[in-house]
Amino acid sequence: MGLYHTEDQTMLKDSVAPFLAENGSVKHLRALRDNKDPVGFARDLWSQFAEMGLNGILIPEAEGGLGLGHVEAGIVLEEIGKNLTPSPFLTTAVAAVEALKAASADLRGQWFPKIASGEAVIGLALEEGKKHNPAATALKAERSGNGFKLSGTKTFVVHGHVADMLLVSARTAGAPGEEAGITLFAVPREAAGLTAEADRLVDSSMSARVTLDGVQVDADAVIGEVDAGWEPLTRLLNAGRLGASAELVGVGTGAMDMTFTYLKQRKQFGKLIGEFQALQHRAAHLYGEMEGARSIVLKAQQMLDNGDPRGEMFVSAAKAKAAKSTNLAVREGVQMHGGMGMTDAYDIGLYMKRDRALNEVFGDLYFHADKLAKMNGY
Amino acid sequence: MTDLETFRTETRAWLEANCPAEMRQPVKGDDDICWGGRNWVFSSPAQKQWLEVMAAKGWTVPDWPEAYGGGGLSPEETKALRQEMAKLGCRSPLNSFGIWMLGPALLKFGTEEQKKHYLPQIARGEIRWCQGYSEPGSGSDLVSLQTFGEDKGDHWVVNGQKIWTSYADKADWIFCLVRTNKEDKYNGISFLLFDMTTPGVSTKPILLISGASPFCETFFDNVVVPKHQIVGELNRGWDVAKYLLAHEREMISGMGGDGGMASLGSFYADVLEDNPVLRAEMAMFEVENLAYRAHSERFMDEWKTGRAHPAYSNLMKYVGTELNKKRHEIIMAAGGSDALEWESARTNGGARPRAWLRTKANSIEGGTSEVMLNVVSKRILEMPGA
Ligand SMILES: Cc1cc2nc3c(=O)[nH]c(=O)nc-3n(C[C@H](O)[C@H](O)[C@H](O)COP(=O)(O)OP(=O)(O)OC[C@H]3O[C@@H](n4cnc5c(N)ncnc54)[C@H](O)[C@@H]3O)c2cc1C
Ligand SMILES: Cc1cc2nc3c(=O)[nH]c(=O)nc-3n(C[C@H](O)[C@H](O)[C@H](O)COP(=O)(O)OP(=O)(O)OC[C@H]3O[C@@H](n4cnc5c(N)ncnc54)[C@H](O)[C@@H]3O)c2cc1C
Repeated sequence: MGLYHTEDQTMLKDSVAPFLAENGSVKHLRALRDNKDPVGFARDLWSQFAEMGLNGILIPEAEGGLGLGHVEAGIVLEEIGKNLTPSPFLTTAVAAVEALKAASADLRGQWFPKIASGEAVIGLALEEGKKHNPAATALKAERSGNGFKLSGTKTFVVHGHVADMLLVSARTAGAPGEEAGITLFAVPREAAGLTAEADRLVDSSMSARVTLDGVQVDADAVIGEVDAGWEPLTRLLNAGRLGASAELVGVGTGAMDMTFTYLKQRKQFGKLIGEFQALQHRAAHLYGEMEGARSIVLKAQQMLDNGDPRGEMFVSAAKAKAAKSTNLAVREGVQMHGGMGMTDAYDIGLYMKRDRALNEVFGDLYFHADKLAKMNGY
Repeated sequence: MTDLETFRTETRAWLEANCPAEMRQPVKGDDDICWGGRNWVFSSPAQKQWLEVMAAKGWTVPDWPEAYGGGGLSPEETKALRQEMAKLGCRSPLNSFGIWMLGPALLKFGTEEQKKHYLPQIARGEIRWCQGYSEPGSGSDLVSLQTFGEDKGDHWVVNGQKIWTSYADKADWIFCLVRTNKEDKYNGISFLLFDMTTPGVSTKPILLISGASPFCETFFDNVVVPKHQIVGELNRGWDVAKYLLAHEREMISGMGGDGGMASLGSFYADVLEDNPVLRAEMAMFEVENLAYRAHSERFMDEWKTGRAHPAYSNLMKYVGTELNKKRHEIIMAAGGSDALEWESARTNGGARPRAWLRTKANSIEGGTSEVMLNVVSKRILEMPGA
C-alpha cells in the first residue's frame, strides 16, 4: 500500500468536496453566527450528511454503516476543515462511534441506526479542567440500585446542550490521574439531574459546561467494562485526535490557499506582493509544513486502519504536527493579508479562530509532544 | 500470499543467508561506507563479499533494468527490499554518485551504447564518479559557469576550474558541466564525461570545518574529451544537469537524518530528566522527525509512481536537511561537554562534533535552502515574478 489515497478514496473526496463547498461553506458558518443560532450547527445539513451515508462512515456494514476507516473519515473532515463547516461529524460520527464499537450489542443497536440516519447527536463529556487531561477524571460514579449514580462537572462538551446522549467518563475506582478505575457511560442528555449550560466559543461553535447531580443510570449504560473505561476511551481519543488532525489539515490548507491567492492579487510598490522574496520564502516554508502535517496524518490513519501497534504514538505525532503547521498557516495568513487580515469581512480570521479551538480539542501541541516523549521513555 | 508478500518473504530469507553478520552492524566510521572504484581498498572481506553478492543480484541498483546491471524491481518491490534491509540492519552495499546522480541521468538521456557501457560499471562499483558543477564564481547561480570546451572536430579541449568537487581526488571519472557556446547562457552548456586520469586534470583537497577534506578544487588544463563522451545533445547539458539535480536532491533529502523513525530522545533519557526545557525541545524534534519520515515515505511513493510534482524533491531537500541540522544541534546539546572532545579515542576521534559540523553542509550542497525555497515558490506555488 502506498502512502497516498486509493482511487476509491479519491472518489470519496471528489464527491464530498463539491457537496460541502455548496452546502457547508464559510457563508453557511457566517449565517449561523450572525443569526446567533442557538444550536451551533444546521440540522438539515446533518441530515444531508446522513443521506450521503457519511454519518455511518465508521459504523460496520453489518450494523448499517459504510464500514470504512480513518482515512475515509479524514477525507470528510479535511473538507469540513477547508470549509469551516459547523458539524457534529467529528464528535458523533467519528469519536463516539469508535467508543460505541466497544459497547454492548444493545447500546450499539440503540445508537448506530440513529447516528447513521442523522437523528442523533452525541456529546463527549470527558474534560474537567481547562486543559485536556482524560486521566484526571474525578467525576464520581457510585454503585446505586442496579446501576450507578453520577455526580460532578464536565467542561468543553461541544454540542453538549443539544446532544441526545453524552459519553461521560467517570471514576469508579482509583484516584484522579490514574488510567485504571475510569468507566465510560452512555448518559441520555434528558436524564434527571443533568444540566448543560451552553456558550458560544471563539470559533462560533456551541459548547456546554455540564453538571451531573446524582444522575441515575442503569448498569447497561456502561461502555466496555467497569473500571476499564480507558480502553474504549483510548479508541475514542485515537479517533477523535486523528479526526481533529485531519480537520486541522483542512483548516490550514484552506487558510494557505486563500493566502497564496491573495499574494497573487495584491499590489504594493508597483508589484504583486507575491513577487517579494521575503514572502515567497515564508510561503514555501509554510507549504512544506502543511505537507508534513498531511503526510503524518495520512500515515497515522493508515496505521489505525491496519491495527498497527504504533498507531497511538503516531496519532499524537499527527495531532502535534497538524496543530503546529495549521497554527503557522493561520498566523501567516492573517499577517500576509495586512490590514485586510484583521477585518471580520475577510474569511482568514475565521480560520484563525477555528484553528485555536481545534488545537485545544483532544489535547494541544504541547500535550501530544509530551505524550510522545513519555511513550518513548523520557 | 500476494506476489509482493512472497517477494518480501524470499527477500528476507535471502538477506539473512547472504548478508554477512559484520555488514549488519551499525556504521561507525567513514571506512564502514563502501564507495567502490578502481582504487577502493575494502575495509574487510565482509565488505567486499557484501558488495559482490548484492551486485550479482542487481540489488545495488534494485530498480534499474536488468540489462544495465540492475535488479529490475518494481517500486513496491524496491521499497520492500529497503524495508527488509532496514529491519535486519543491513548496511548499504555501495554508496555512489553514479547510483544517485549519474545513473538516473544516463537512463533518461544516454544513448544505448552509453547505458550498456557505463551503467553496469556503476552497479558493480567498479568506477567511482565525481560531480563537476560548481565553480568559484558560479555556485547557486550555476548557469553562469565559465569552464570552456573548445570544439576541435572529433574532441573538445576543456579549460577551467571547478570547486567543492566532492571526492575528486578519489574518483575515477567526472561528470562535468562545460560551456560549449559563450553566446547562449542556458543553451550553451554541455554535459561531458571524462576520466580523471586524463592529462591536464588535477585536484587540490580543501579542508572542511569538520577537519576532514572530502572535497577539492579541480583544475582542467587543455583536457582532451572525445565527442562520444557527451550525454544528451550539444549545448543542451542544462536539461541533463537539472534532471540530475532533482535526483541528487531526492537523495540528500533521504539522508534527512540518520536513525529513521527510532526515537532520539530515548537515548538521552537521563540528561533530559534533569533538563526540562531540553526535553521539550527534544519532544518537539521528535514530532518533526516522525512527520518528516512520513512525508519522505509519501514523497517516495508518489515520486516512484509518477504522482509527485516534478519540482517536489526541492521541497524535500529543504525540509530534510534543515531537520538533520536540528537533530545534530540537539545531539550536541544533550552530549554537553563530552560532545566537545575532538581527538580522544573515547569519542572515536570526536565523531560527534565532526558529524554535527558536517551536517551544516546539508543545506548548502546540491543547492542551498534559499535556492530550494525559491524553486518551490516559483514552480510549485507559482508565485509571480522573475
Ligand atoms: C487595527 C489597525 C489599525 C490601523 N489604524 C490605522 C490608522 O489609524 N491610520 C492609518 O492611516 N492606517 C491605519 N492602519 C493601516 C496600517 O498602517 C496598514 O494596514 C499597514 O501599513 C499595512 O498595509 P496594508 O494593510 O495595505 O497591507 P499590504 O501593504 O497590502 O501588505 C500585505 C502583506 O504584504 C507584505 N508586504 C508589503 N510590501 C512588502 C515588501 N516590499 N516586502 C515584503 N513584504 C511586503 C506586508 O508585510 C503584509 O504582510 C491600521 C491597521 C490596522 C490593522
Ligand atoms: C560539503 C559540500 C560538498 C559539495 N560537493 C559538490 C560537488 O561534489 N560538486 C559540485 O559541483 N559542487 C559541490 N558542492 C557545492 C555546492 O553545490 C555549492 O556550495 C552550492 O551550490 C552553493 O554555492 P556557493 O557555495 O557558491 O554559495 P553562494 O551561491 O555564493 O551562496 C551564498 C549564500 O547566498 C544565498 N543565495 C544565493 N543566491 C540566492 C538567491 N537567489 N536568493 C536567496 N539567497 C541566495 C545562498 O543560499 C547562500 O546562503 C558542495 C558543497 C559542499 C558544502
